[in-house]
Amino acid sequence: MTVSLRGFRNLLGALAIGAATVLGTAPAQAAGEAIALPDTRFSFAGFFGTYDRGSLQRGFQVYKEVCAACHAMRQLSYRNLLEIGLSEAQVRAIAASFQVVDGPNDQGEMFERPARLSDRFRRPFPNEAAARAANNGAYPPDLSVMTKARHNGAVYVHALLTGYQDPPAGFTLMDGMNYNAYFPGHQIAMPNVLNPGQVEYADRTESTVDQMARDVTTFLAWAAEPEAEQRRAMGIRIILFLIILGGLTYAVKRKVWADVKH
Amino acid sequence: MAIGLHDSTFTNPVIRWIDQRMPVFTMMQKEYGTFPTPRNFNYFWNFGALAMVTLMIMIATGIFLAMNYTPHTAYAFDSVERIMRDVNYGWLIRYVHMNGASMFFIVVYIHIWRGLYYGSYKAPRELLWILGVVIFLLMMATAFMGYVLPWGQMSFWGATVITNLFSAFPIVGEHIVTWLWGGFSVDNPTLNRFFSLHYLMPFVIAGVVFLHVAALHITGSNNPLGIDPKGPQDTLPFHPYYTVKDSVGLVVYFIVFAALVFFAPNYLGHPDNYIPANPLVTPAHIVPEWYFLPFYAILRAVPDKLGGVLLMFGSIAVLFILPWLDTSPVRSMRFRPIAKWALFAWLIAFFALMWAGGKPAEQPYVLISQIATAYYFAYFLIILPLLGRLERPLSLPESIALPVLRGGGPLPAGAVAKPMEKA
Repeated sequence: MTVSLRGFRNLLGALAIGAATVLGTAPAQAAGEAIALPDTRFSFAGFFGTYDRGSLQRGFQVYKEVCAACHAMRQLSYRNLLEIGLSEAQVRAIAASFQVVDGPNDQGEMFERPARLSDRFRRPFPNEAAARAANNGAYPPDLSVMTKARHNGAVYVHALLTGYQDPPAGFTLMDGMNYNAYFPGHQIAMPNVLNPGQVEYADRTESTVDQMARDVTTFLAWAAEPEAEQRRAMGIRIILFLIILGGLTYAVKRKVWADVKH
Repeated sequence: MAIGLHDSTFTNPVIRWIDQRMPVFTMMQKEYGTFPTPRNFNYFWNFGALAMVTLMIMIATGIFLAMNYTPHTAYAFDSVERIMRDVNYGWLIRYVHMNGASMFFIVVYIHIWRGLYYGSYKAPRELLWILGVVIFLLMMATAFMGYVLPWGQMSFWGATVITNLFSAFPIVGEHIVTWLWGGFSVDNPTLNRFFSLHYLMPFVIAGVVFLHVAALHITGSNNPLGIDPKGPQDTLPFHPYYTVKDSVGLVVYFIVFAALVFFAPNYLGHPDNYIPANPLVTPAHIVPEWYFLPFYAILRAVPDKLGGVLLMFGSIAVLFILPWLDTSPVRSMRFRPIAKWALFAWLIAFFALMWAGGKPAEQPYVLISQIATAYYFAYFLIILPLLGRLERPLSLPESIALPVLRGGGPLPAGAVAKPMEKA
């Protein structure tokens, strides 16, 4: 394979086998059965929610150490990590730990260098064909807007990550597929990647499967809608302004129409 | 006054100088200042102004989006994401534009409903109505092409399904589809032309809106009673009475608009459109945007492809001849005891179609679509033509001002169901 894969292949990813079944390409909702998703109470849920910064940073750690082995987030740059509460020095260090291809140099050759703040997140595979080849035909989708690209968004992503189970009796899994309670059709090429203690959190939060799933989902929700906090704050101000303006406008209307019998 | 100069009534020397040479101020004063407007409008009469404001919002946000959008299959999706992340307030501009399309249709549907309920399509406003239907058609084409531009899964597959409808026509169908695509599948040439046309069409809409308003200012506005103003006691100057009343509606409208943009910007969209377009993977359910669902349901109600396409186009085409299908001389449904309920039933059929259009093409949704489609057409083609002859309308008030000034008391006997006189 190519040098760009060096050190990033999560062996678990290679377990994924499947014809061309891809997350999201399987018959979504085709099963037609309504499955209740676990209640999550995310920090960012509701009209006034904000992203829990601690959860965001832990979630980035889960993405970096687990998901990033197979899943790209090509819409994000390392500089975006400044928004989740990491210092510039921390983000520079994180970026510098990745080698990215740059060039051509004045010899006309491509070369590798440590990533900078302005670089996009390094992708695990150079292209879709390479990703499929490494995952036995399945393509791990880009996660940049994943929580916007599925029904029930973050709640679904969290459910999926915690939904790996043994298949019920009589359920025939295709070769290399995995059973997931919440995936449409229940057969998913992605294996269960979250096991208790999978990552070691710097803030000593216990890394249970549910905790890791919640944290990485929070991170993905932020990645998909980094503007959400600013949007909601602006929305509250604008709507309050409009309500006051509406009251004044209605008062003017009453005054103007006061002399008209109707 | 010098020869060749307009006789201006303005006293401000600068305004007067311009107005004498190009009487735009006189025109504005006549059409939006003193313009005699029926005194009895209800808040349904806000929606024309709201539609005009929405068109301006869409053009303004669209121009800024176009500055940052790349109409290429390889870059379109990412360029939209870049707008969302890296362009200053790009998320705001895009969410306003995206939800603005939905708000535009909400406003226009209510505007059309106002026309249907109060008989605004009847003489002498037939051409005004027809121009409105033309605007509606142009809006649908514009919205469809705009939805293709982010190049998500629903963009691509929606474009594929809708353009393929034309293949239903015998002999020329396949050629039309190839011509629309600019190739043999929905691909980069399709995206390029859709972007070009999506930028062009709003200005065409603006042109037809100008004609729509010009026609309105010849016939004057209809009103909730559906009777013509008989004199100054029945009207008010547009300004300040209706500028301020429209302003109240506009602020309320903005509150709804803002709630959508700031707190549920993707509520009316489909999650699949955040998956980049992939010609090799078909979504499980291809559904158009909500505002097309009634017509999509009519399309799917017919087992035959060509029949479905014709019926879908027919559902809009029938609106063009509505002024001649409704044979009753009474405009407002307030005075049509049977037609009123027939129209409410039509509204239920419209919502049933909207609901069924979002469901898979299977039973019982197909049957519901078929019943609702049958009633949709029956209302226009059978019920309205017959009711004009069979129905006995209630007594019309003698004038707009009269029931108002008499406090809505019993109406004079002479006002019984007399035909509308021409203004």
